[in-house]
Amino acid sequence: MTFLDYAPAPESTAVLSLRASYGLFINGEFVDGRGDGFTSISPATEKPIAQFSTANDADVDTAVIAARRAYDRTWSKLSGSDRGKYLFRIARLVQERARELAVAETLDNGKPIKETRDVDIPLVAAWFFYYAGWADKLDYAGLGPAPRSLGVAAQVIPWNFPLLMLAWKIAPALAAGNTVVIKPAETTPLTAMIFAEILQQADLPPGVVNIITGAGATGSALVNHGDVNKVAFTGSTGVGRAIAKSTAGTGKKLTLELGGKGANIVFDDAPMDQAIEGIVTGIFFNQGQVCCAGSRLLVQENIHDEVIERLKKRMSTLRVGDPLDKNTDVGAINSRAQLDRITALAGVGVEEGAERWSPECEFPTAGFWFAPTIFTGVATSHRIARDEIFGPVLSVLTFRTPAEAIAKANNTPYGLSAGVWSDKGSRILAVADKLRAGVVWANTFNKFDPASPFGGYKESGYGREGGRHGLAAYLETSGWAAPGRQADRPKTSSKAISKGSQE
Amino acid sequence: MSRITVPKTFKLYIGGKFPRSESGRVYEVVTAKGAFLANAAQASRKDARDAVVAARSALSGWAGATGYNRGQVMYRIAELLEGRRAQFIDEIRSSEGVSASAAEAQVDAAIDVWVWYAGWADKYVQVAGNGNPVSGPYFNISTPEPTGVVAIIAPQQSSLLGFVSVVAPALVSGNTVVVISSQSSPLSAISLSEVLATSDVPGGVVNVLTGSAAEVAPWLASHADVNAIDLAGAGELDWVDLQIAAADTLKRVLPPEDGVSAASVERIIFFTETKTVWHTKGLI
Repeated sequence: MTFLDYAPAPESTAVLSLRASYGLFINGEFVDGRGDGFTSISPATEKPIAQFSTANDADVDTAVIAARRAYDRTWSKLSGSDRGKYLFRIARLVQERARELAVAETLDNGKPIKETRDVDIPLVAAWFFYYAGWADKLDYAGLGPAPRSLGVAAQVIPWNFPLLMLAWKIAPALAAGNTVVIKPAETTPLTAMIFAEILQQADLPPGVVNIITGAGATGSALVNHGDVNKVAFTGSTGVGRAIAKSTAGTGKKLTLELGGKGANIVFDDAPMDQAIEGIVTGIFFNQGQVCCAGSRLLVQENIHDEVIERLKKRMSTLRVGDPLDKNTDVGAINSRAQLDRITALAGVGVEEGAERWSPECEFPTAGFWFAPTIFTGVATSHRIARDEIFGPVLSVLTFRTPAEAIAKANNTPYGLSAGVWSDKGSRILAVADKLRAGVVWANTFNKFDPASPFGGYKESGYGREGGRHGLAAYLETSGWAAPGRQADRPKTSSKAISKGSQE
Repeated sequence: MSRITVPKTFKLYIGGKFPRSESGRVYEVVTAKGAFLANAAQASRKDARDAVVAARSALSGWAGATGYNRGQVMYRIAELLEGRRAQFIDEIRSSEGVSASAAEAQVDAAIDVWVWYAGWADKYVQVAGNGNPVSGPYFNISTPEPTGVVAIIAPQQSSLLGFVSVVAPALVSGNTVVVISSQSSPLSAISLSEVLATSDVPGGVVNVLTGSAAEVAPWLASHADVNAIDLAGAGELDWVDLQIAAADTLKRVLPPEDGVSAASVERIIFFTETKTVWHTKGLI
C-alpha cells in the first residue's frame, strides 16, 4: 500500500439492532406470516441478515381488512392537518434514525453507504416532509374543490431503492387520506420493517399502513385483492403489463412506474468535465440498477473519441467493493439473479459485435459483483441498445445532427428519462421539447426531489410520483369535471340533449 | 311534382380524404322508424390501420403547432358548424328520431363545446403544468404534452354532440385521433368530417371510421402505434377485453361513460403526458 492508496473506511454496523426474524406488520403489530419464511442476505457478502415472513393469501386478506377498517373508522375521519402531523412525525423520526436506516439499506441492498447516507435516506425524510404539508391543502392541488381519497391502496415496490420507493408510495397516499398495504421486494425487506418500528414510534393509528413481505405471489394476491381501490406498482414493464391486464375492468385506479432505456445525449459544445461526471452518475449510480438510468450514451460523432478516452480514465478511478466502505463508488449487484441477467446481456453485446471495456477491478471473494462496463460501436438494433439491462453497463452510440440524436433517443418503446448536455440553452430547450420522456435532465442527471414529478411516457408506465402531480394518483379526479361555476361550462347532458324526445 | 333530391354518398374520412372502405362493404343506416337513409361505409381492419398511419403522420405537425394556432383552428370549426346548423339538425332528426327542438339543442351544444375546448388550447398547460421548487440549484418545470395517437369509440347516442365531446378534448393538446362513430347514427360524424376537411385542420389529425365498433375497436386497442384509447361509447361492447388488449403496449385507457361526456379540463389532461425538465444552475 502506498501513501496514495485508500485505507478501508468501513461504516460501523454497531448502530443496528436487528431482530433475528421479522414478521408482517399488520394493524400496527408484528405478526407471523403463514407462508414459508425466507432469509435476506447481504449481496456484498452473501451472509444472512435476518429471517422474514411470507404473506400468503390469507395474510394479504388480513392486511387489506385492517387497512379498510382503518380507512373507514380512523383515517378518513381525521382532518388533513392531523394526517399531516403524523407524516411530519414520520419525517422527523426518519431523520433521527437516518444513520441506522442508511447502514441497514446498504447492508441489505448492496449499494454504497455514501448513496444511502447522502441520497436515499435524506430523500425519504424529504418525501414525508413534503407530502405532510399537502395533507391539509388538498383543495389547492388543482383537482377541484375537496378532492376525495380513494380508499385502500395496494403498493408493490422494487429492490433498487427500497426505502425511498416506500416513501414515494406511502407519503402521498396517506397525505391524500388513503390507507395502505405495501409489499417491499423479497431481496430488500429490511428497511421496510425498521420503518414499521418508526410507525409504532410515531403512534400512527393501527392499520393505516400495513407492510407485508414475500415474493411475486404475495404481490399478485395484493394487487388482485377485491377490496383495494388503488394499485401502485414500480418495477418491470412485464409485471406492469400483467397488472394492467388483471386490473382491467375492476375500476381500480392504477399507476405504473416501469422500465426505461434512457438516452444521455452529449453535444460537442457540452461542458465536458460535467458531462463526463454526468455520464458516470447516469449509469453507475446505484450500480446502474435504476429505471431512469442513462444507459444509452448518444455522443456527437466528432467528440466520440475524446469522450470515450476521458470516460475510461474516469471509470478507472471508480472504487468498486464493500458498500459499507465510505470510499466506495460502486457496490454490489443486488442479487445473483440480477447479476446473471446483467452477465447474460453483456455477453449478448459481445456476441453482436460491440466492443466491451471495463477498468481493472478487484472484487471481494464472496458477493455479487459486476465491473463498470461500456460498450462502444453499438448499433441501434443491438439488444444492449434496446433491452433494459438494469446494471452498470453503458451502450455508446453516435449521432451527427440534433435531429438524429432525437430520433435515436426516441427509438425505444420506453420513455422514462433522458439527458442533454450542451452549453447552448436554445439547443437544450429545443431538444428537451422533442424527447418523448417523462424526465429530462439538462446538464445534470439522476436528480430526484419530492417537489418534482417523476414518471414515464409510452411503455415506461403512467401516472406521476412527486410534486402536486403525485397527489393526483391518490385522489378522485372526477372533481376536475366541475371547475368553477356550472353555468360557465357548455351543457352536454341536459335531458333534452342526451335522451331526446321521440317524435 | 316535387324535385328529385340528390342524396350524399357517406364515406370514411382518413388522412384528409374521403375513401370508401377498402373492403368494399357498406351497411344500411335507417331512420328511427326503420326507413332507409343511406349506405354508410363499413370500415375494416385495414381501414383502421390506414387511419392510424394517417394519424401518426399528422402528429408532429399538430402537436408542434402553437396552442394559439390550434385554438384558432378549432374555433374555426365552430364557425363552420354554425353555418351548417340546418344540415346537422336535419340529419339528427331523421337519424335519431328526435324532435326539432332536441336536435337544435344538440347542435347548439356541440358548437358551444367546440368553442369551450378551443379556448383551452393555449391555457391548459398553465393549469396542468407546474414550476417545481426543488431543493437544489436547479430550474425545474413540468409541462403536459400530447400523448400521441388516440383511438376513440364515440358514444352511440347523441351522434353529433357525443362525437364532439370526445374528439375536441383530445385535439386540444395536440393529439391526433382515430374515431369510430356511432354505429346507428354515423351521418353527423361524416358531415362533421366535411367541416373538418374544409376548415384548417390538417389531414390526418381527425380520422373517422363508420361501421361496427365491435369489429374494428379490437384492432385499435391492440395496435402498437396507438398510445391511448377512449372507450367512452364502448359500454355495450366487451370493453374489458379492449382494456386488456390495450395493456399489451400500456396504452392509457378511459373507461366507458353513460351518455355524453361532460365538458372538462380533466378530459384534456387525461390524454397528456407530464414532462419534467431539470436544468442545472450550477455551471457558472
